[in-house]
Amino acid sequence: MQIIDVLKKYPAKETSLLEILLEIDSLKDNHSISKEEMYVVANYVGVEVSHVYSVVSFYTLLSTEPRGKHIIQVCKDVPCYVNDAFDVRKTVERLLHISLGETTRDGLFTLEETACIGCCDEAPAMLVDLEPYTNLTKDKIHQIIDAYRGVKTSGA
Amino acid sequence: MTARFGVIDPFSIEDFTNHGGYDVLKKVLSMKGEDIIDEVRLSRITGRGGASFPTYLKMQAMAKETGEKYLVCNADEGEPGNFKDKYLMERDPHQLLEGMLISGFAVGAKKAYIYVRGEYQSAIYLLEHAISEARKYGYLGQDICGQDFSFDIEIRQGGGAYVCGEEFALLESIEGKPGRTRVKPPFPTEVGLFGQPTLINNVETFSTLPHILAMGGEAYGLLGSDFASGTKLISLSGNVRHKGLYEVEYGVSIRQVIEELGGGVPEGRAINMVQLGGACGPIIPEHLLDIDIDNERFEIFNSKMGAGAIIVIDDRFDLFEILIRTMRFFEHESCGKCAPCREGHIQIVKLLEKFYDTMVTKKDYESLVSLANVIHETALCGLGQTSTTSILATVEFFQYYYQQRIRQSERREWVQS
Repeated sequence: MQIIDVLKKYPAKETSLLEILLEIDSLKDNHSISKEEMYVVANYVGVEVSHVYSVVSFYTLLSTEPRGKHIIQVCKDVPCYVNDAFDVRKTVERLLHISLGETTRDGLFTLEETACIGCCDEAPAMLVDLEPYTNLTKDKIHQIIDAYRGVKTSGA
Repeated sequence: MTARFGVIDPFSIEDFTNHGGYDVLKKVLSMKGEDIIDEVRLSRITGRGGASFPTYLKMQAMAKETGEKYLVCNADEGEPGNFKDKYLMERDPHQLLEGMLISGFAVGAKKAYIYVRGEYQSAIYLLEHAISEARKYGYLGQDICGQDFSFDIEIRQGGGAYVCGEEFALLESIEGKPGRTRVKPPFPTEVGLFGQPTLINNVETFSTLPHILAMGGEAYGLLGSDFASGTKLISLSGNVRHKGLYEVEYGVSIRQVIEELGGGVPEGRAINMVQLGGACGPIIPEHLLDIDIDNERFEIFNSKMGAGAIIVIDDRFDLFEILIRTMRFFEHESCGKCAPCREGHIQIVKLLEKFYDTMVTKKDYESLVSLANVIHETALCGLGQTSTTSILATVEFFQYYYQQRIRQSERREWVQS
């Protein structure tokens, strides 16, 4: 879908700004908002491009830097931490050979941390493309990442 | 409030109406707005989002205003350890809509927004479905239930910023700006969304209203304890056997929740500390667990029960590693508008790291306490005003740990020199 098609869905007002940006982000494989897109959006809703940039840089779910196709967000807060016996973040880092904040070379995954995602009763938890995965174990993380890679796993 | 959880299909409005849903709305539509607010007053209910302000006072202030008014539901649940709003939206979305309809009718608002955090995609999906069903069945839109009452609800999603749960930051975010707070007064009930009077309530507060109006305010007011009326959703997490969401009457003690509902700490371990309310709440030792969950009694911690999280931490964990995690959260989530919060948290994290590494001096301790007090007293919004509660509480209740770490650091210095 073109950016124009996204814009048409929303009224040309400042109040639509965040919604528009979130939708553009969700449609893009590299989950980032480019300078050109910021100009187009600013023009459409009638604000300065600096204002659009301030919104993009303020919200954690938006980025000006290109990211991977799938965004893995590991919960870093206390309820997950005290239930995390094997270190979810390190497990993902080792699997993908990247550290926090980095993107895999094939552009498939970016690893981020997130604030509490309200899955404390099923800790530890992480999000992949905002889809929650809970009660994580090392095996489970392997399976989840394989599934996103499109690799078929034999058995469970 | 949780009676329909797991019983009804959250996608089915008929399931909801078959279980008494929207009955209260129909009853209420024949009442006067002021009488509804009076029932809310009698119920003694206070806001369930954490600040526990009397709900009827906000409603009264709103009802007095004229012109365009807005209703906003705060569903930007992001306080670590809380997940009650997620459950309320995912298991019984129409209950929330009914509560919002009742409030809208009582205060004379026609338009409402639900601001849901962007991370809660399934809640957003369910609510969108519920709203379209409610429109189809005539519970939203024009002439609701054949009465002269129009009301509509729109969903707005957040962009992953904890501070947007603060009421003014939330309004800024709905207006399409970065979520930075405003100076108050004026309060949102005077100058709120798009400069108009706005009533903001938490998901749980709205979801409680149908029950208050069904029982009658006075009867609801008898539930609970002398300090706080009704029931509260408790999000229990951390090192307990049965983590989960529990609806309890005010008056139960924190220990009862942990031991009787949560089944205690697994593997025969002991409770080292318990964090209450979430990252912005106090951390207390095991021997204080016999206090009630009531907000009033929390004043001894210079704090409130907040949104109702109880995070149990067992004896494998060090106080300072928990504090560092907690304060890093605020370092990241500060909106950056006021200096105490923006700069203060960076320094607090650095000081706590010194404690964790056993490389701390008495002077560092004094800086930490004074900085925590400064942020608490001078920050512009609720984020900074409450963020250092865990430090101020542990300075009081875990003084021993602080002193021990200072002594160990001194000894280490002495050995090395």
